[in-house]
Amino acid sequence: MSVTSTDPRQDSPPAGPGGAGPPTDDGPERRDVAGGVLNVFAHSFLVLWALMAAGPVLWVVISSLRPHADVVADPFGLPTELSWDNFSHAWTNANIGRYTVNSLIVLAGSLTGTMLLGSMAAYVLARYSFRGNRAVYLLFTGGLMFPVFLALVPLFFVLNNFGLLNTRQGLIIVYIAYSLPFTTFFLVSFFRTLPGGVQEAAALDGASHTRTFFQIMMPMARPGLISIGIFNFLGQWNQFVLPRVLNVGDSDDAVLPQGLAALMVQQGYEGDWGALYAGVTMSMLPVLVVYVTFQRQVQSGLTAGALR
Amino acid sequence: MKDSPRGQERLTPRDRLLFTVAFLVPPRFTPDRVRRDRRYRKLDQRRFIAWFLALPLLVYLIFVVSPFLQAFFYSLTDWTGYSATYTFTGLDNYQRMIEDDKFWDSTVNSLLLLVLAPLITLALGLFLAYMVNVGGRRVGGGGGGGVPGSRVYKVVYFFPQVISIAVIAVIWARIYSPTGLLNEGLGAVGLGSWERESWLGGEVAVWCVLAVLCWSFVGFYVVLFSASMSSIPGEIYEAALLDGAGRAVTFFRVTLPLTWDTVRTGWIYMGIQALDAFALVDVMVPEHGMDVLPSYLFEKAFRDAQAGYATAIGVALFLLTLVFALVMMLVGRRERVEL
Repeated sequence: MSVTSTDPRQDSPPAGPGGAGPPTDDGPERRDVAGGVLNVFAHSFLVLWALMAAGPVLWVVISSLRPHADVVADPFGLPTELSWDNFSHAWTNANIGRYTVNSLIVLAGSLTGTMLLGSMAAYVLARYSFRGNRAVYLLFTGGLMFPVFLALVPLFFVLNNFGLLNTRQGLIIVYIAYSLPFTTFFLVSFFRTLPGGVQEAAALDGASHTRTFFQIMMPMARPGLISIGIFNFLGQWNQFVLPRVLNVGDSDDAVLPQGLAALMVQQGYEGDWGALYAGVTMSMLPVLVVYVTFQRQVQSGLTAGALR
Repeated sequence: MKDSPRGQERLTPRDRLLFTVAFLVPPRFTPDRVRRDRRYRKLDQRRFIAWFLALPLLVYLIFVVSPFLQAFFYSLTDWTGYSATYTFTGLDNYQRMIEDDKFWDSTVNSLLLLVLAPLITLALGLFLAYMVNVGGRRVGGGGGGGVPGSRVYKVVYFFPQVISIAVIAVIWARIYSPTGLLNEGLGAVGLGSWERESWLGGEVAVWCVLAVLCWSFVGFYVVLFSASMSSIPGEIYEAALLDGAGRAVTFFRVTLPLTWDTVRTGWIYMGIQALDAFALVDVMVPEHGMDVLPSYLFEKAFRDAQAGYATAIGVALFLLTLVFALVMMLVGRRERVEL
């Protein structure tokens, strides 16, 4: 595996274990050796953390392929034969299939809505000057400072009053509302970087504001839209707190993370964890595939969240 | 932008009506009379602005701004949440909070996470990011994208970030369970005496939550810090090397100062994550044997029907977040280093 291969650019062999400390005061002639030591030093830590990070996830995936009794007898064992019983059990009896569909429906609505409303607001705030522009911008971005838990109790009753509690529409609209601050903030700064000349040219050619937005500015903003889209996709797909509070009617209506948490409680009574491991695996695999395919965009999209 | 250019003739009542209509209907239904007016361009632009902002603002005001404002108000009432009536009780909820031992237990746990989670996560993140970026760099050679396989490391490390925190909690709840991986693992390496009947039931629960919190965010910071470290020009490292600086000195004198802004914002972000921790406690800790502020708020509001008191806890949580962010911004401020 490429993870453990040594650096081909390294022209001196890794030194022995004697010099494993951080080489802070090496003379110039020892530097190459020190680099080798550091390389071994670095790699051992990197591999160690890779095992730490991937271990629990791998263990669940492996356990999901083994019958429950085997996992109890030897938690560290490998599957002797592939058994898909856990998966079919999880998909049908444990309702994972249903939860997945629920999650997909909610996500389809909320992600579309977030991207549309977010980019509309951001575009106007970024490209037009009007009285109150600054105030609206601050209103949106100010939402980033407040912990969602402060709003949670009143939000529950706001939804109740609108008859949106325990409905998909309610979840969709709340997801959109709580994604707007960061989406707007991110996209405003993105739309500001786009060249203004294109917009003027479109206006001179007689394109309406709406048309300029949808046919010219949106395509130009694609990189930004993709980053924030991935950010919102993962955030909303993985959302736990909001459905935990606002979607508590029928257990059949649960979204995936909610359903898995409930499944854990339920399997605790039944004493069969195989379906749970299978459910967790099924919920992770699609995200894993998307992630490995778009790793660069995912990483930049998600880390953008910390730089606000 | 001013309302209308000065010196322009005033609108007749009929024009005013037409302009108002034009503002409210889609562009294609604009009356010709208005369309030919030279003020139409301005109207068209304002109409566009208003229409595009209306829906996002409406949704935002109803579902985000109004609940936040209501929270401050309800924290001053004895509202149960399930009846329509409530009385204004002033600061009674806050008085009660100060005398509530469970509230203080939750606060202590939240503070513990707030202080330790960023410290551990960022330290590990910085260390691993430095190893990924600088570890494999050929001495004197400058440049290069870090150790071989650095991309693979980052992909693997980052993975916990893309799965739901609830799923992470489910996985770790199984690992911490009495017959789970942790106990089995301790037994396997001869540390059987360290095994615990219940990791998540006793006083170690908060440490278990802390460990999972750090575990799930380290990869995020490795990626974040890697990006900012790789933007440091190689010449600076070469210069440091020529001056005889070792790796540790280089890290503390060159890398850390040049990534300080990222570290600071990352610290604030991690603190806010640590103040949440709701999903971990809610899923992992049976019957909330251990509480953090958000989970205590949740219990009060949705189990004990004390919505008024719960919002008061929410206000406390908000103040804590605010103080933390302000302190971090003031304490962590440094001269910005221009590259």
